[in-house]
Amino acid sequence: MPERVISLAKRGRGRLAYAGAFTPPLLDPEVEEPGLIAGPNGKAAKKRYNVYRNNVTVSLVKALADTFPATRRIVGEDFFRAMARIHVRQTPPTSPLLFEYGRGFADFIENFEHARTLPYLADVARIERAWLDAYHAADTGPLKPDALAAIPPEKLSQATFTAHPAARVVRSRFPAVTIFALNRQDGPVGRLETADPEDGLVTRPELEVIVRRLPPGGAAFLEGLMAGKPLGEAVVAALEDDERFVPAANIAGMLEAGAFTAVAVSEG
Amino acid sequence: MSTKTFVGAAYLASAVTAALATGAAAAPLSEAEVKAAMDAGMEKCYGVALAGQNDCAAGPGTTCQGTSTVDYQGNAWKFVAGGTCETMELPGDRMGSPEALDRDIPS
Repeated sequence: MPERVISLAKRGRGRLAYAGAFTPPLLDPEVEEPGLIAGPNGKAAKKRYNVYRNNVTVSLVKALADTFPATRRIVGEDFFRAMARIHVRQTPPTSPLLFEYGRGFADFIENFEHARTLPYLADVARIERAWLDAYHAADTGPLKPDALAAIPPEKLSQATFTAHPAARVVRSRFPAVTIFALNRQDGPVGRLETADPEDGLVTRPELEVIVRRLPPGGAAFLEGLMAGKPLGEAVVAALEDDERFVPAANIAGMLEAGAFTAVAVSEG
Repeated sequence: MSTKTFVGAAYLASAVTAALATGAAAAPLSEAEVKAAMDAGMEKCYGVALAGQNDCAAGPGTTCQGTSTVDYQGNAWKFVAGGTCETMELPGDRMGSPEALDRDIPS
């Protein structure tokens, strides 16, 4: 029995060594192909390795293109591919699930020298990443208005809410929601009628992902509730963020959007 | 610390009551009704709902696609964005070039 354990451990180390030589050059075209790649007859297969490492980069760039279609449309195919390629090589995926990839892409765009003339681009990318998160989030029904109505008025300020797994808030100094929407529809991209900052809420109460613009203070309100702040504190935070905040409209809005799944009142 | 803003129980209760009244007035609409309302140009008070389209709704890795593009060297680089950022028209005289929004950054 001990012999068997040892031989397995040796085999494990061997595989690790192979992977250690095989992996690093995959995302760096400057690094030479590892010499250990050979065909069935023992002949070196550098060309095959290069085909493979081309596919690694291409498929990851393609994954980003599929996740960020509006971002791609805004900058165009060539620019997007070049930008994505740099990100892919700097930040390879940590999960084998490709729809999880690209969480660092918006931050990368924000600091990407050649995208500086498009200051809104990173926020559009943030909405797109949130869109895909919402799409793949767990299915669960939104909070029913009855549940909120059942809370005694004197306890409302202490009510806390459970965020819906799909709900995401994206804040922007630019009209990012409008730019996102213009570039995610099939028709030609028309006039952008606003230059005002827009905060967005992404939800998927049923099957369809919905992106909304939030009214003034709405983002601070929802972020507060999502972070577990009780209703009273979240309203205060929203009013401090923007004095135009209207509690009734925002509470109605969050119920309609399905941003939460449950409400609770702590006793005592 | 937060002396500048205070929210009383009565204030909150009336806000929630008003919110719930809104909900009751808008009682469950069928999908067709929602669509008809949207088509008629009625705006919801909570901003306009937008359903974003995606080429491949479920995202990458969920469809099988050939990736024969040669992208390995990646020397080609165009500094000029070739997408819609150049055609997006902005209100006023702001132009639709990539620098369109620079002047609108709230400080």
